[in-house]
Amino acid sequence: MSDLVIGVLALQGDVREHLAALAECDVIARPVRRPGEIDEIDALVIPGGESTTMSKLALTFEVFEPIHKRLAEGMPAYGSCAGMIMLADEVLDGRADQRSFGGIGMTVRRNAFGRQVDSFESPVDIDGVEGGPVNAVFIRAPWVESVSDQVEVLGRVASGPATGRMVAVRQGHLLATSFHPELTGDLRVHRLFVDMVREG
Amino acid sequence: MSESVNTPVTGTSRVKRGMAEMLKGGVIMDVVTPEQAKIAEDAGAVAVMALERVPADIRAQGGVSRMSDPDMIDGIINTVSIPVMAKARIGHFVEAQVLQALGVDYIDESEVLTPADYSNHIDKWAFTVPFVCGATNLGEALRRITEGAAMIRSKGEAGTGDVSNATTHMRKIRGEIKRLTSLPEDELYVAAKELQAPFDLVKEIAQTGKLPVVMFTAGGIATPADAAMMMQLGAEGVFVGSGIFKSGNPAQRAEAIVKAVTFYDDPDVIAKVSRGLGEAMVGINVEEIPQPHRLAERGW
Repeated sequence: MSDLVIGVLALQGDVREHLAALAECDVIARPVRRPGEIDEIDALVIPGGESTTMSKLALTFEVFEPIHKRLAEGMPAYGSCAGMIMLADEVLDGRADQRSFGGIGMTVRRNAFGRQVDSFESPVDIDGVEGGPVNAVFIRAPWVESVSDQVEVLGRVASGPATGRMVAVRQGHLLATSFHPELTGDLRVHRLFVDMVREG
Repeated sequence: MSESVNTPVTGTSRVKRGMAEMLKGGVIMDVVTPEQAKIAEDAGAVAVMALERVPADIRAQGGVSRMSDPDMIDGIINTVSIPVMAKARIGHFVEAQVLQALGVDYIDESEVLTPADYSNHIDKWAFTVPFVCGATNLGEALRRITEGAAMIRSKGEAGTGDVSNATTHMRKIRGEIKRLTSLPEDELYVAAKELQAPFDLVKEIAQTGKLPVVMFTAGGIATPADAAMMMQLGAEGVFVGSGIFKSGNPAQRAEAIVKAVTFYDDPDVIAKVSRGLGEAMVGINVEEIPQPHRLAERGW
């Protein structure tokens, strides 16, 4: 066990699954939801959940600014699904009062694949993840509509009606996926993030 | 659970159960109009539940209670961007087909509506849309999961503002799970028989110490403290029905309950959000409701 501490934003969503995945990657994983706790972590994971709820609670409980500040100072972060929305500089189809931490120069579209009946799983190849495609689970997921020059596109949907859509991206110390590796037991995306944190 | 696949597949167990995972730590609010849905979303609800009448009105007005009008459901879907759930009567698989066709994100096969079949629940495996079902005990929860439910909510006595039944059922389910984990393997066969649930599922619970799906709680929750208590008892999130829109100040109460669920283990936060909420819904003591009129006892 290293002494790297990775926080999981625990306002709402599948916090436990991310904590479990991180714990298996030999880091100290802990839920964070208070301003003071944001100062005590080396990196942050923003889980899946409802982005409008997360945004509102982050502002209400005054963790929005501390997180925003630390991300700007270079704290690494990974967001899955709602977490991807929280890391996007621009959000389409969101609520007018919804705010994101931002940091990744991308525009994401909320619920882009459709409603829950359109939620799906599909294999996706991710640059930097060895051993074949990951089984990507998309749940009322966003996709990345456009990216700036600084953003590296790591994965796209490989088949079906949404073929070619960008669903995994990285910009420097920030990583985001439309899908939920934390639901599959496959640790490779979390390991990719932990490696990013260690290298940073 | 489905294994990895080569082309996009919808409606898998992972996708259905995963949707419930994303709602954890959140509040799902009963709404009967698009205006109420907007208030719920503004307050930070993770989803809304569309129904014809809230349980308190079903109780007061009597009669047969059914799925909502499709126009109302469309109106709610078009008003909010958060997931929209809707209720179908127990066993009414055609109401469920209609709700799926309307594009609702989750169906609640609910004892709050009048049952359509007193023997069979809906075969939920036949649907792409996921289902949540109520349970008063572990055996009932496992039977619903066997029929394809992707989420469970412990039942309370809906429309009362009396949280005692919800407490009983949360404690009961938690206690029964704990008991299974302590049994030697050869006693699990009898346990499965007693629970009237499949052996493999009973064995899985004995090993993992938890349900294979997310469990929320519902029924009688009227205050932030009620919601926080359910979370401390092991609920992973909360449904609030009549408690919000039958209270004096729905918007403020809705927001307070959302905050109390996030900080359910922090009494300072719960105290703060409980201030100045105005009147809670007028309650009915469950004990004063004659047995045949108790909703939680519907379903088997």
